[in-house]
Amino acid sequence: MSVSLQAPPAKSPVPQPPPAARRAGLLTPWILLLPGLLWLVVFFLVPILTSVGASVQTGNADQGYRLTWDWGNYGHGLSDYLPQYGHSLLYSVLCTVFCLLLGYPVAYCIAFRGGRFKSLLMALVVVPSFTSFLIRTIAWKTILSDNGPIVSVLNDLHVLNATTAMGWTVGNHVLASPAAVVFGMVYNFLPFMILPLYTSLEKIDPRLHEAGSDLYCDTFATWRRVTLPLSMPGVVGGTLLTFIPAVGDYINAQLLGNPNTGVVGQKIEDLFLRQTDGYPVGSAISVVLMAGTLILVLLYIRKAGTEDLI
Amino acid sequence: MTTTTAPPAASTPSGAADPGRPYRRSPLTWIREHLLAAITVVVFVFMLAPNAVILWMSFNQPIGKFDYDWNRFSLSAWKNPCATNEMCHSLGLSVEIGLIATLVSTALGTMIAFAMVRHRFKARSGINSLLFLPMAAPEVVMGATLTALFFNTIGPGSLGFWTITIAHIVFCLSYVVVTVKSRLAGMDPTLERAAQDLYATPLQTFMKVTLPLVAPGIGAAALLAFALSVDDYIITAFTAGNMETFPMYIWGSVQRAYPAQIDVIGSLMLICTMAIIALSQILGRARNARR
Repeated sequence: MSVSLQAPPAKSPVPQPPPAARRAGLLTPWILLLPGLLWLVVFFLVPILTSVGASVQTGNADQGYRLTWDWGNYGHGLSDYLPQYGHSLLYSVLCTVFCLLLGYPVAYCIAFRGGRFKSLLMALVVVPSFTSFLIRTIAWKTILSDNGPIVSVLNDLHVLNATTAMGWTVGNHVLASPAAVVFGMVYNFLPFMILPLYTSLEKIDPRLHEAGSDLYCDTFATWRRVTLPLSMPGVVGGTLLTFIPAVGDYINAQLLGNPNTGVVGQKIEDLFLRQTDGYPVGSAISVVLMAGTLILVLLYIRKAGTEDLI
Repeated sequence: MTTTTAPPAASTPSGAADPGRPYRRSPLTWIREHLLAAITVVVFVFMLAPNAVILWMSFNQPIGKFDYDWNRFSLSAWKNPCATNEMCHSLGLSVEIGLIATLVSTALGTMIAFAMVRHRFKARSGINSLLFLPMAAPEVVMGATLTALFFNTIGPGSLGFWTITIAHIVFCLSYVVVTVKSRLAGMDPTLERAAQDLYATPLQTFMKVTLPLVAPGIGAAALLAFALSVDDYIITAFTAGNMETFPMYIWGSVQRAYPAQIDVIGSLMLICTMAIIALSQILGRARNARR
């Protein structure tokens, strides 16, 4: 675990303070860190350990839970909810890929063609997020409803017949389908992709493009050999910021999906909040989800080789 | 912009690399250039369409209980923005929790950011990992594990206002640290040294030089924390017990009845945000003009 969030600050030749001040200086960072770190340890790390403990308990809400080291909760959790794990992984990977494919051209266009409208355009990317994401996701129900214009156009073009044959949609509807779930996720997480991409693209000196064409690179080769490598921190940051919330998301699956598009998050909520004896298995599933996400993220960071760029 | 840039997705025919041709614009180049702009326009429409629909539907007089389909124009939802007592109550609760969570997480997070950027000490990388972990944990995991802790210690019956607030502070904290840290790291350290050369005490240096320079970062962090807290559904649902915040009210409305008033609130959120941005732009411009 050596994920540094940021490059270390530049060393500056600060004149050495007198010994007494230096001793106080050694304590200062810990006084500043203590309350915040304590909060994180008590309300973030300890809960994860409690969950690992809870995942091997047996019992129900009425009679209480006992620690029985019943590792079977993991077996049940994995085998009963395998389709949901599959959906979560598939939808979040698809969402990340689509966000990258849509977000990169947009970030590129704003960064290099935006001119004096750059900050206005970036504001337009962020501003919709200030309306509750639930209201905005439900608005898609209106836009994609069966008597709406989009569905009738898609039906006239027989697009929905094709997508239904491929299993992406159901019948002549767009809503209540796997495609709608991924669509909603892309909509919700796209700003998280565009922001870091824009930040890293904006730093690139446009003269490098001219240098590329001076050296007989066509525009695509310039992008591939100059712009893309320089924007990799944004690509890595954006994919992480999209994938991590997407893998645990169940809002879109619930609002835009159908009973066959269940994801892990829905099951965890169900086990915790609606079933009286679901809490040990629910804990087991969330521990697996947490560990799985963390392993994927760390592998990805290692593979992308940008450990100190995030 | 005179450089010709192509959309990243388009492939190029091999002839385009011919050194004799780069200054002649082929129709293909024209299409490629405008393809990039076209994708951008389509994506912007995609991102902004729901907000337009929310504003549109807020003027609707829904036929049944659900404001999903257009019926006819009406101002009734705007004249009476509190559809039910529960809605306005939940909105107030969300704002209250948001303010407390913002205050605490901004204070704690700013302190951590100062310690991380300004001081060298052992266990740095360990602390960095601890700060990164909450951002790498899916929300549902954070909600579930925290609920497991509350179940095991204070019991299921005590879930409510304070457990929601505690949870919100946890997930806001890391974002505050990252935001303030980036502002601090980008600051010119020579300014503080200059102040000390001019005989300012450490406290004076902090109050008159450091704080004004970091303030925009702290402000941005506080705004982010408030937005994250007010908009959160998943973690809140786990830690809320019988309490109902505004996102939870909306979630419930999908099952019970979805009044047009929800769209009024959604539109007001957008209008307020745009007004704040416009105001800060105008104030910033006025300040620059005075200089």
